[in-house]
Amino acid sequence: MSELNTSISLTQTYPAKFNALQKTGLTLTGIGILTIFLAWAGAGTTQPLLCLLITIIGLFSGGILYTYGTYGHLPKGIKNNRNFISSISSGGTLAWISAVAITGFYVVLYWRDHWKTVFGTDIFSGLVHMFDPLSQLLRKSDADQWFVYGSFYTIAVLIMGTKFIYKYRHNNYQILRTCSVMFFQLGFAWLIPGIMKALYNFEPFYSYFWPLDYDAIFPGTLSYMLDRPGNLGVFFIFWGIVMSFIATPLLTYFFGKRWYCSWVCGCGGLAETAGDPFRHLSDKSISAWKIERWMIHSVLALIILTTILILVSDVIGEHLKLSINQYVYYAVLIGLAYLVYRGIAKSGSQMRLRPTMIVLGCITGFLILYALIPNLKTGDQVVSFSTAGLAKWYSFSIGMVFSGVIGVGFYPIMGSRVWCRFGCPMAAYMGVIQRFKSRFRITTNGAQCISCGNCSTYCEMGIDVRAYAQRGQNIVRASCVGCGVCSAVCPRGVLKLETGPDNAARTEVLFTSEDLKILV
Amino acid sequence: MHHVIIGNGITGITAARTLRKLSDDTITVISGETDYFFSRTALMYIYMGHMRFEDTQPYPPEFWKKNRINLLKKWVKQVHVDSKLIEFDNGDTLEYDTLLIATGAQSNKFGWPGQDLKGVQGLYSYQDLLELEANTRNGINRGVIVGGGLIGIEMAEMLHARKYPVTLLVRETNYWNNVLPEQESDMISHHIRHHGFDLRLNETLTEILGDAQGRVRGVITGSGEEIACQVVGLTAGVAPNIAFLKGGSINVDRGVVINQHMRTNIESVFAAGDCAQFQHALPDRRPIEQVWYTGKLQGECAAKNMLGMPTLYNPGYWFNSAKFLDIEYQTYGTVLNKLRDGESEFYWEHPDREKAVHIVYRTEDRLFIGINVFGLRMRHDIFNTWLQQGKSVDYVLTHLRAAHFDPEFYRHFEDAVIQSWNAQHPNHMITLADAKSAKKMIFKNA
Ligand SMILES: Cc1cc2nc3c(=O)[nH]c(=O)nc-3n(C[C@H](O)[C@H](O)[C@H](O)COP(=O)(O)OP(=O)(O)OC[C@H]3O[C@@H](n4cnc5c(N)ncnc54)[C@H](O)[C@@H]3O)c2cc1C
Ligand code: SF4
Ligand code: SF4
Repeated sequence: MSELNTSISLTQTYPAKFNALQKTGLTLTGIGILTIFLAWAGAGTTQPLLCLLITIIGLFSGGILYTYGTYGHLPKGIKNNRNFISSISSGGTLAWISAVAITGFYVVLYWRDHWKTVFGTDIFSGLVHMFDPLSQLLRKSDADQWFVYGSFYTIAVLIMGTKFIYKYRHNNYQILRTCSVMFFQLGFAWLIPGIMKALYNFEPFYSYFWPLDYDAIFPGTLSYMLDRPGNLGVFFIFWGIVMSFIATPLLTYFFGKRWYCSWVCGCGGLAETAGDPFRHLSDKSISAWKIERWMIHSVLALIILTTILILVSDVIGEHLKLSINQYVYYAVLIGLAYLVYRGIAKSGSQMRLRPTMIVLGCITGFLILYALIPNLKTGDQVVSFSTAGLAKWYSFSIGMVFSGVIGVGFYPIMGSRVWCRFGCPMAAYMGVIQRFKSRFRITTNGAQCISCGNCSTYCEMGIDVRAYAQRGQNIVRASCVGCGVCSAVCPRGVLKLETGPDNAARTEVLFTSEDLKILV
Repeated sequence: MHHVIIGNGITGITAARTLRKLSDDTITVISGETDYFFSRTALMYIYMGHMRFEDTQPYPPEFWKKNRINLLKKWVKQVHVDSKLIEFDNGDTLEYDTLLIATGAQSNKFGWPGQDLKGVQGLYSYQDLLELEANTRNGINRGVIVGGGLIGIEMAEMLHARKYPVTLLVRETNYWNNVLPEQESDMISHHIRHHGFDLRLNETLTEILGDAQGRVRGVITGSGEEIACQVVGLTAGVAPNIAFLKGGSINVDRGVVINQHMRTNIESVFAAGDCAQFQHALPDRRPIEQVWYTGKLQGECAAKNMLGMPTLYNPGYWFNSAKFLDIEYQTYGTVLNKLRDGESEFYWEHPDREKAVHIVYRTEDRLFIGINVFGLRMRHDIFNTWLQQGKSVDYVLTHLRAAHFDPEFYRHFEDAVIQSWNAQHPNHMITLADAKSAKKMIFKNA
């Protein structure tokens, strides 16, 4: 938005003044992070317990002191000062550094085995070993990189969740739902799987369901589950199916998708806690909305298709395969490229491209291309794609690159809900229900809106809440995760998340100047 | 037909949008302030870092082209009504068929000595924001805000957000008690002090002191005290921005004088919003209305009349809202700072001094007249309906739960309010209607 002059010059002044508590908190956090690196470099193998204790104590005490130092001396209320001034929360240098660092960390972690072959040694081992004592305690077995991942994830949700609760301590809705995501992360995504691992050597996640847990009903998973001792696996399958196909539509009808996105889900949990300092960075432009709808529904369609195909091929006993002549394949590629070109050319004039959108576009483009790289069979001039290939591609591109790496790594650049907004098939699925058949809406309070823009700015899903509020219209949007922050930051008490008869939610404009009887 | 609108604030823009909705005519909106419409009410949030300037623009830049609303960034110098011509300060001119003057307001300056020193400013325009940014660029030791109203407290909060100490000089005996009843006013004064502001009530400004470079270095108060400061905020109200019309043939008083059709003394010239003054004020309303929603209503009304659809200005029941630091304020109906003859009141305040409800009703027939709500949110449409239907204070209290608009899981205070009422009015005891009937009332059309 370069044409909008001066905002840059407006925000360069006025340096941070940290108080003693904040400085101590940052120092302790720094020690915790430094220990992570030391452990990684090897200390984790020789002194796992010591490293682990210093890390955990450093991070928790640092986080809590910093939080208290930041908000403790201030009265209760909205605390958004400096969000667009601090480098870390305004997409500045610090933000880019952390985005690259987090992304890098994920790349190392997700492809640990790959790096093993590249470097000839396990560069991740120090860090994994640091978690051995904790893993032994909980799971009665040594740590692996997924336990490291889950533990860091949980630590982040707990520390940043505490910070969030303290920041919004005047707001019961925020307090309760944050306690809820912390509870589900700690209990359902960390303790229970760990305990189950210790007892039954099997790690079930009861808080993720198909289609987010995309392979939950893949044949491989089903047969693995049926092999579990006792009825545990059967229960897991039963639970998953009930949650996906019965509970989800019902709960979404009654409460909106927030029951999951803002109260249960781990991805949402991390976004709401660790991602909170970045929520205002979400792109609010109409072009972003267009991209969002297109992408998220494609992912949903894709996982439904993949699931059906893979189930069908399992039933008929062989992988479905699509083979085409290579010339037909090239023609299709060229056709696709032309369509994309036309699409860009057509919307190009209206689109205000931002670096974030370009980055996202490049990555998606790369993943699509990657999907289109065929298994070329030399000799017979035939290009073929198989269901197994499709599932593998989904798991790599969507399951790992998109939801894992981009989804979190890009918080500091694109806002906290990149994955939830552009990629999550569960969100897409519930969104359709929320949009067309749900009792949930955000009610606009008559004509009190002063168009200030706080609500739109702080909507992590990039919804232009103000566009509705200033018309006196209720907000019924597929993407709203019901975080309630728009309502919290509104300085005029205009917005209320509520449930009620669903036809009442959709009355077009509740309160226009017409209702104020301007026409005589 | 060419409709020209001077002013791209909420009034001018609402008029332009209405004109576009109802016609295919040519529309031009002129403003010297900014390229695009932005929300003046959000100036403070830019300074505090909550939003960027572009976030305060309710419509994206492409909106204007798409809706064929021409934007001109220029200052109007004069209006020639005989030739239907606008003259800009660079000498250019523009013809119009109908003209809407929606030039808003500007900060009052009452001729204080030193009021033109560097570092002395109001807070109204985007330029004021840039100026405040420049004035505090190198940090300040103290800011002094003169005048206690809604903009004064915002300016104080802005400086406070950057950790600069602030002194407020307020002429009234309690904060904003020329508008708020004494009880609320006292609560707000308490809140302001609780936040660490140096609030001086009963205090005026005598003189602003400058240094050798022409920058402000302090103020002298009415009681003779000298306060050192590097920024002085003048927030003693705003006045219609009509200097460019003085001496012309459009009738002006304090504002541009208009009738109930938003028309000036000149057939093709209309005025609306902060700059307009009704020749005859509506009952219970002021002749000059300077708030956001009246700008919207007046802009819409003016547009209809510009299109030859005779429409009377009829804004319905008064309402408004504001925020004093962390306390939100909403009002519905008419609650004046002092009870009028024949009015009774009921006031409830939470012991934490951050929540209050103030209801005014007619003593004789107990007709509900208005409510002030602090630290709680209540429903506009419900109160508007109750006012329209002429409900009694007893009815309103009985159904108070239906007006509740705080977020889910917030504590409710209806019981406490009713208890307090019942203690004061043993002859008019109220029983609160249950939650189910409240739900029904809220979702009546379902
Ligand atoms: C800091 C602040 C906070 C506020 N908060 C609230 C609130 O919370 N709630 C509320 O109800 N109200 C609030 N108000 C009041 C509200 O903003 C005004 O009532 C409203 O903006 C008036 O709109 P308008 O369109 O009539 O005028 P304006 O918004 O003032 O627009 C007039 C435009 O015309 C331009 N103009 C003037 N003269 C010329 C000329 N000669 N040539 C070209 N252009 C010209 C001006 O530059 C300006 O852009 C607040 C005001 C301020 C300053
Ligand atoms: S619209 Fe409001 S509740 Fe919904 S996601 Fe956006 S900020 Fe959260
Ligand atoms: S935050 Fe509230 S007042 Fe501001 S634009 Fe949104 S709904 Fe309107």
